[in-house]
This record gives sequence, C-alpha cells and structure tokens, in this order.
Amino acid sequence: MRLTAHILTTTASIAALVGCLGFAPTIASADTTADLEKGKALAFNRKKGNCLACHQIEGGKLAGNIGPPLVAMKARFPDYGKLRAQIYDARKNNPNTIMIPFGPHAVMSDGEIDLVAKYIHTL
Amino acid sequence: MKKIATALSVVLLAATPFASQATPDDDLKAFRSYFTKKFPEVPMSDFVNGVYAIDAAAREQWEAFEEFPSYEIAIDNGKDKFGKKFANGKGYADCFPNYKKGIKQNYPYFDTDSGKIVTLEGAINKCRTDNGEKPLKWKKGAITEIGAYLASLSRGHKINVKVPNDAGAIAAYNRGKKHFYAKRGQLNMACADCHYYYSGSMIRADILSPALGHPSGFPVYRNKWAGMGTIHRRYGGCNKQVRAKPFKAQSDEYKALEYFETYMSNGLEINGPSQRK
Ligand code: HEC
Ligand code: HEC
Repeated sequence: MRLTAHILTTTASIAALVGCLGFAPTIASADTTADLEKGKALAFNRKKGNCLACHQIEGGKLAGNIGPPLVAMKARFPDYGKLRAQIYDARKNNPNTIMIPFGPHAVMSDGEIDLVAKYIHTL
Repeated sequence: MKKIATALSVVLLAATPFASQATPDDDLKAFRSYFTKKFPEVPMSDFVNGVYAIDAAAREQWEAFEEFPSYEIAIDNGKDKFGKKFANGKGYADCFPNYKKGIKQNYPYFDTDSGKIVTLEGAINKCRTDNGEKPLKWKKGAITEIGAYLASLSRGHKINVKVPNDAGAIAAYNRGKKHFYAKRGQLNMACADCHYYYSGSMIRADILSPALGHPSGFPVYRNKWAGMGTIHRRYGGCNKQVRAKPFKAQSDEYKALEYFETYMSNGLEINGPSQRK
C-alpha cells in the first residue's frame, strides 16, 4: 500500500517534470513496481550494491553501520539527481569516503544505478 | 586567526598521513593515541586480542574456544618438526639459537646487509634452503606449525620491531604504510578504511578490528579456514574482499605491510598462536 502510494507520487512528479520539459509523458518511466523490486534486489545483492554492508535498509538483514541508515530519503534528498550522484560516485562529496565509487569503478552499470537510486528514493 | 590555522593544519594532517615528514616514531604515537581515544575503555594490553578486544558478545564464545584451542595441535606438530634434524645433520635450532627464549617479537626486522625485510617465515625457509632442504609453502601447513611453536615460546614478550636509520629500511617502512592507507581494488577501499577509520563499526554482521595489535596473534587457527594461516594469508583474503588482486605471500609488498603493522604494534605482547572465527 505504502509502496503504491510512493509509486503514484513519484510517477506523478515525473510526469509533471516531463510535462514541464515539454515531452509527451510516456509511461516508460523506470518506477514500475517491477523496477523498484529490481532496484531493491540490486541494492541487497552482495555482488552488486551490497548496500547492507554499510547501511541499514528496511527489510534488510545483518546490516552494517558504517554509513547512515537509509531512511527518509525524500526528505534528505529532495533532489533525485543528488541522490543518484551520491550512489554513482560518493567521492564527489567526500574524496576519502569508504563508500564504493559504483559508477566509475563499474561495480554497477548506469542502468543498474538508476534502478537502485529510484528504489532508495522510495525509502 | 592562529586558531583557525592550527585547526586547518590538523585537518590536513589527519586527512593525509603523508603530508608531514612524520618519522616512524611519530606515526606510532599518532596511531596509538587515535585508538586509545577511539576505544577508551579498552586497556592497551588488550589490543592483542583483535576484534575480541572490542566485541563483548563475540568475546565469550572466543574465550570458550580458547579453553580448548584448535591451534594446540599445531604447536605440538611444530615442536616435533622444529626438533627434527635436516639431512645434513643440522637443525632449526642451529639457525635460531635463542629460540627457547622467544624470538618472534623481533620479527620482521630489516636486514641492512641484504636491504630486505626478514619475516619469521622467511627466516624459517632460509634456514631450510641454506641446509639443502626444500622450502615450505608460505601460507598454511608446516610453516604455520613451526610458526605457532615459535610464537608460543614468545608469549608475553613485547613486540620490538625497529626501523633502523637506513634509507632502505625507511623506504620499506613507507611502502608498508602506503599500502595500509591506499585505496585499492574495484571496491576502492584501504586497509585503513576498515581497520583504522571504521574499526569498531559493523560491516554486515562483522565488527572491524583495530589494526593496532593485528600481528600479535599470528599465526591463527581460523574456523573459516578450518586450519592455520599466516598473516600474509589473511592479507590476501582482505585484498580479495575489495576485489583487488592479492600479492603473493612473502612478496616485498606484504613483507612491508607486515613491517608497518608490526612496528605500529610495538610494545604489545605476542600472544600467538590464537583462535579466530
Ligand atoms: C563500504 C561502505 C558503504 C557501502 C557499501 C555503501 N555506502 Fe553509502 N555511505 C557510506 C558512508 C560512510 C556514507 C557517509 C558519507 C561518507 O562518508 O561519504 C554513505 C552515504 C550514503 C548516502 C548519503 C546519506 C545521507 O543522508 O547523506 C547514500 C544515499 C548512500 N550512502 C547510499 C548507498 C547505496 C544506495 C549503496 C549501495 C548501492 C551504498 N550507499 C553503499 C558507506 C557505504
Ligand atoms: C572491506 C573491509 C576490509 C578491508 C578493506 C580490509 N579488511 Fe582486514 N578484515 C576485515 C574483516 C571483516 C575482518 C574480520 C574481523 C576482524 O578481525 O576485523 C578482517 C580481519 C583482518 C585481520 C585479522 C585480524 C585478527 O585479529 O585476526 C588482519 C590482520 C587484517 N584484516 C588486515 C587487513 C589489511 C592489512 C588490509 C589491507 C590490505 C585489510 N585488512 C583490508 C575487513 C577488511
């Protein structure tokens, strides 16, 4: 239920955004339930995001505490682009960060990072 | 104004351990005070116990293991092997005349003649090859048994590793220090990330041990290995975790890393061999 609400608001805001930019609001946005599930699976996969190594995430077991718990993400990252950038390359914000530079080191592809970031934004 | 300048330089210093012309002794003092501040409740002498010094929950289980330790048999086997003569009639005791008094605390040392770091494992194999025997494998097996025996004779002796005033020795020390602080592997993490900056934090379900005291308990019997391993075996595992290509056991790189880590642990007691999960 909560998830659906999230999807609705996200889809709505994306539609609004796309609308502003003057594109026809296609329904090809990445925020389908299936995509959010994919994002979650990538985030939890030890060979991919493995975010749980360092962050608590709702529904994740045996989480570490090296980084902050990933909660209230919309409040902390009203700007989705900033969240994606943090996941793509955390060194931009903190050059000596322990967080993995997922994009530049090709730990995940651009598409995978999109899926993870969209999912994390719902938390 | 001056306050701001000092604050700034402290930040710089903390962020880049190489900016200053720090001597090994300066490094040691900074390293130690970092950990005593981070873990004020841990007595200095307890850092030899690795993660169990800071993980109360795991410590009980570990103490139970240590009652009937799996490494006991390694010590016994090591004693037998150490006592066996080589084909030429000589033996390990000829290479290590002071072994009964405990020698492990002096390794690794920098040999100014060869310009190389000598580890205890390196000295064991040199003893063999000098006497016409084949060298032992580096990471597990017989070398860890002999190492366990020699460590057991050194228990209670304080680690006493020196960096002599020699360009080669200082270069070797700095190489180890650099390895410790440098990011590596696809996952881009340094030893220091896990065992310095975030020691005491949880990575998944594991608490990260402080690097201070790392070498004191080796060789270790590790449940995960179902056997004994040297510290270089462990270094290889930690390099692999961050998807870095591990160096070879007893490579100059790992010898330098062990030299750095052991120098940082000077003054702590040898308590090897020990048990790890
Ligand atoms: C090895 C540890 C580690 C891993 C793995 C890791 N992070 Fe992080 N992350 C951190 C740390 C530490 C911070 C705090 C900022 C810093 O030090 O750079 C952080 C910060 C963040 C932030 C910013 C939080 C805020 O409120 O400012 C987000 C978002 C984030 N991580 C998401 C992720 C996601 C998503 C993944 C997996 C795809 C991930 N992290 C994997 C360590 C990690
Ligand atoms: C991604 C995190 C991570 C990185 C990076 C890492 N380690 Fe580890 N290391 C661990 C974990 C987890 C353990 C097991 C728990 C413990 O003892 O800290 C461990 C254990 C060890 C141990 C055994 C300690 C003992 O008392 O038995 C040594 C020694 C060690 N690491 C050295 C290193 C060195 C040197 C490097 C860099 C080459 C390194 N580690 C890099 C996570 C890491």
